[in-house]
Amino acid sequence: MTSIATFAGSSVGKKVFVAVTGLMLFGFVVVHLLGNLTLLIPDGGKAFNEYAHFLESLLHGWLIIAFEVCLVAMFLVHAIFAITVALVDKQKARPQKYSLVRAAGGKSHKTLASRSMILTGPVILIFVVLHVKMFKFADHPLVTYHGTEMKDLYSVVVDAFKTPWIAIAYMVVMALLGTHLWHGVWSAFQSLGWNSDRHVTFLTRLSVVAGVVLGVGFLGLPPYVYFFAATGGH
Amino acid sequence: MAETTSGKSIHLRIWRQKRGEQKGRFENYTVKNVLDEMSFLEVLDLLNEDLARQGQEPVEFDSDCREGICGTCGLVIKGVAHGPGSGCTTCEIRMRPFRDGETVTVEPFRAGPFPVIKDLVVDRTPFDRIQQAGGFVAANVGSAPDGNAVPIPKEDADKAMDAASCIGCGACVAACPNGSASLFVSAKIAQLARLPQGEPERKRRAWAMVNQMDAEGFGDCSNHGECEAVCPKAISIENIAVMRREYLKAFIGGSD
Ligand code: FES
Repeated sequence: MTSIATFAGSSVGKKVFVAVTGLMLFGFVVVHLLGNLTLLIPDGGKAFNEYAHFLESLLHGWLIIAFEVCLVAMFLVHAIFAITVALVDKQKARPQKYSLVRAAGGKSHKTLASRSMILTGPVILIFVVLHVKMFKFADHPLVTYHGTEMKDLYSVVVDAFKTPWIAIAYMVVMALLGTHLWHGVWSAFQSLGWNSDRHVTFLTRLSVVAGVVLGVGFLGLPPYVYFFAATGGH
Repeated sequence: MAETTSGKSIHLRIWRQKRGEQKGRFENYTVKNVLDEMSFLEVLDLLNEDLARQGQEPVEFDSDCREGICGTCGLVIKGVAHGPGSGCTTCEIRMRPFRDGETVTVEPFRAGPFPVIKDLVVDRTPFDRIQQAGGFVAANVGSAPDGNAVPIPKEDADKAMDAASCIGCGACVAACPNGSASLFVSAKIAQLARLPQGEPERKRRAWAMVNQMDAEGFGDCSNHGECEAVCPKAISIENIAVMRREYLKAFIGGSD
């Protein structure tokens, strides 16, 4: 007899949970970056503010709340199972460490990215909390476009990224996010059993491209805002 | 060995542990007159002859066939399971790539479920128990069918054969940063999942073998792929993907 408890506690099941939530979070990050690209439009933040306002007004604001609850759940599931895999079970499975470990090379997929998942992950999680506090729960000034009053999120973003240490901290964390995805994306497919010798090269390359594109995409925004955005430009 | 002075000197830093429960430590030894064409295990043989002559305990290590087919040998040499530049078993490692005067660290396969019995010998019976949990065909399938009477696609036959080449040495566990046995278990599951003989017990097998692997205390696979890199039979991590599909199917469809 199979049971959900056995499945969730199994080595395969844990990774399935990590993979499913990881892929969903990956999808979220892609959409988030696409939305953020409105920052690049030199219109004093109109497109960015309107996009944010549009998201917040869907289903009278209920959709975004439901979505946020799901996101929190995904982060928690992802983190809890990943920590079990990478810390708890790992420690039990090798109580006596090697005195010397060298990379085997060859067909191995072990990289700095794969080994640092358990470090980049928590950094990203802490970042997310601070990020939400900084932008979502900020004291937003208001702005009016075509008679519609909305939060001026853009000015909060500009104020933040005009502060050098915040801009730099964001860039560092986004580089770590890119690193996390470098291993994470293909690893999720492998964890779901969605891989074969025929697809492994494609998937690992896709993962690297995803990591680089998203990492660079996100970390490019703070310097863009720092150098090109006008403060209080409306 | 013919008396010669032309060989290399190799310094060995070897893990010594009297008994499983006792604490182990590294001891340093030097073996002289090591020839390029000697195998690594022959160097340990030389060392043990020396130690025996001096009335000391020889270094305990496992080996049997010494030609890469039985899976008995297994050491971590210079930080790599089955030795650097592997893709072969420990017994197939030759001394040519080692430099004169080099210090070589030799450790046992380290994993909680593989406790040290003595020195470099570890207990790998968890693999037997995993195999006993479902790595077989219990259904009576009659005597061997005529060739090609049961058509099996060429690719499936090839992949089943590749998986079947696993010799159960345990290097995948030793090399895995997480101490996972996924490559071994997946090879056994995938081998039978790809063949019609394995079909009737397919779900039950995947469910039972994975759960037994976890019960033995092996770690979880994080897809580092070090296992495939050290596997003397080059077993692909594709099998791990197969194992996960089989386990998922067993969970969703019921294991029996
Ligand atoms: S002793 Fe048989 S494989 Fe090495």
